[in-house]
Amino acid sequence: MADTTAPVNPASDEPPLAAAPAEDRPLLQVQNVVKHFPIKRGIFFKRQIGSVQAVEGVSLEVRRGETLGLVGETGCGKSTLARCITRLHPLTSGRVIFDGVDISRLSARKLRTHRRRMQMIFQDPFGSLNPRRRVGSIIGDPLAIHGVADGGERKRRVQELMEVVGLNPEHYNRFPSEFSGGQRQRIGVARALALRPSLIVCDEPVSALDVSVQAQIINLLEDLQGEFNLTYVFIAHDLAVVEHVSDRVAVMYLGKIVEMAETAELFGSPRHPYTAALLSASMVADPEKARSSHRVVLYGDVPSPINPPSGCRFHTRCPKAQSICSVEEPPLRVQAGDSAGHVTACHFPVAPGEQLVSAAPAISAAATAFAADSPDIGEGGRS
Amino acid sequence: MSLLSVRDLTVSFPTSDGVVRAVRGLSFDVEAGQTLGIVGETGSGKSVSALSLLGLNPGADISGSAVFEGTELLALRQDQLRRVRGAEIAMIFQDPLSSLHPYYRVGWQICEAIRTHRRTSRGEAMRQAVELLRMVSIPQPERRVYAFPHELSGGMRQRAMIAMALALRPKLLIADEPTTALDATVQAQLMELLGGMQRELGMAMIVITHDLGLVATVADSVLVMYAGRGAERADYRTIFRSPHHPYTRGLLASIPGAAGSGGRLVPIVGQPPSLIRIPSGCAFHPRCPFAMDVCVRDQPPFVPVSGGEGHLSACWLPPDAVGVEAAADAARQRYVEGRRGPAIARFRAAISGVRAGGGGAHG
Repeated sequence: MADTTAPVNPASDEPPLAAAPAEDRPLLQVQNVVKHFPIKRGIFFKRQIGSVQAVEGVSLEVRRGETLGLVGETGCGKSTLARCITRLHPLTSGRVIFDGVDISRLSARKLRTHRRRMQMIFQDPFGSLNPRRRVGSIIGDPLAIHGVADGGERKRRVQELMEVVGLNPEHYNRFPSEFSGGQRQRIGVARALALRPSLIVCDEPVSALDVSVQAQIINLLEDLQGEFNLTYVFIAHDLAVVEHVSDRVAVMYLGKIVEMAETAELFGSPRHPYTAALLSASMVADPEKARSSHRVVLYGDVPSPINPPSGCRFHTRCPKAQSICSVEEPPLRVQAGDSAGHVTACHFPVAPGEQLVSAAPAISAAATAFAADSPDIGEGGRS
Repeated sequence: MSLLSVRDLTVSFPTSDGVVRAVRGLSFDVEAGQTLGIVGETGSGKSVSALSLLGLNPGADISGSAVFEGTELLALRQDQLRRVRGAEIAMIFQDPLSSLHPYYRVGWQICEAIRTHRRTSRGEAMRQAVELLRMVSIPQPERRVYAFPHELSGGMRQRAMIAMALALRPKLLIADEPTTALDATVQAQLMELLGGMQRELGMAMIVITHDLGLVATVADSVLVMYAGRGAERADYRTIFRSPHHPYTRGLLASIPGAAGSGGRLVPIVGQPPSLIRIPSGCAFHPRCPFAMDVCVRDQPPFVPVSGGEGHLSACWLPPDAVGVEAAADAARQRYVEGRRGPAIARFRAAISGVRAGGGGAHG
């Protein structure tokens, strides 16, 4: 699908020689990243019968020391984007520039030197730690793989890390199963910190934790950010958590960023109808706010990323959609009255103070078409 | 008289590691047409207590009383219970994929629920199933009754579960984490749907959740559970504005955007206790910033405190120590000062030796 943002020359393999001094340059630049997963059929001769368009032309920048929040619903491509950033997935096209170096085409060996500076924390503290290895070796692995420290030195560094994240260094020889969920997540944090990275991509780091423990991990991540000058890409579906930790927030819908702004501005005056609906749907733990707020209920489900709607991908559920929305895709741009960093991809952005109405999608023909084919391969396979 | 009145419910499971005391003397009431939110963390006993009411906890030792419309549920035989389940009290579960049978079409499953309780022809039951699916806003219900669960999205499956639960117009609906697995916009759709159904059918609801945001939105009154007991109970405004129990206070301080949280979050130290080795006295005392000697010794009774009709709390702090403001916390602290003695000191020394670092080190 054609993208309307500025095209990047895919032929150039050279990293851009940034004119700005290294400190002013964004730590991470994501340019037009596309990730498709092929769907194949056949036993001997596999042919591709389609593709899941998980991420479709995403561009963003993350500055040094900031936290970029990434929100969106199941299947919007936020985790895939995170894995593209750390190159756990190869990109279909586009570029990921980390501290001035284009890492999207590097060989595995060259990539390794850059990987030291970018780490990930995963959602599931049970699934992301090998149950048969001791905590000390889980945290020490990055040090061993990158040849940073060995033997007694490695043990000393690991115990130091355990102390930094609030684990008892004496538990060096325990197995993950001997720890609670919150403590396991601390192990994941210690492992990510081991190589002193500049960037940590946190993929739903607190979603699996109980509320009282969740706050412990959020505070820990905040403290570490100040202490080690870390930059975070923070993915979560809990909007209150994202609002709390992020400096800027990007909202994704079906593989694309629909809106991006400073946290206060995004939460204060969302311009994209999807952002507005998402914010109004989130239930705040404050009865006055929760009950007085005008809730916009969206109809239907998220369409399948195998066959996404034409034009603006949100038009099938959008209460403000008009005929142009199903034809022409709106570019991500600064809307009139917004500050420079606030971009929205919408033909008819929500005016400040405007109340969206909960209504069936404005374009009914498209809506029925979508309703007819919504239970498809993508839907069934996802849950 | 309340629709459901639970008194001193106790549920325990004998296991090879010891007796898991999942619920320890829980009492609450549900009024007709009202929504009770039961809040608690993993292992607080909130789901177990609901399952026990419907006899869905085989192997558990259950005592206490649960009177539903004059019938003692805990004394019913299985065949008598079967008449209550589904028809009078219905339940929806967290994970709609594992609570729908994957081999049978959605419509068939709804028909089965109807035909188990009412003398209805197959065709008539199917017609009702279509109506029910339409009622829960599933598009093209005539086609969807023939769909298998895996052909529906998560939100639609949960709607199908709701349709099945509402098929017999129950007086009480127990929703156990009804929207936890779902996205925010779908959660909003479903809760609006449930709210509408509730008004239409005049049914009461128990919403079991760990999500204080959901409770703030839908509940009339709230029961906060900790380690198998009621910690606090009040109407929804009081719970969020003037909580008495330090656990409730702690939950509010640890959630971004909650009524009582300011800039930096204030987590509750440590982790929920094991239900096999429950701490002495008040089970919350190892994590409580206001713990006194008496808290280690004696279990506090679940008694009325100031701040409104029906506001109950199980805490040794004085009854007027309510609120989420800094001043209220300071007042609690002043009260606690003189009452901290050797027991707390000994206890703190003991845990700092055993669990130094760990979850307890932060906060």
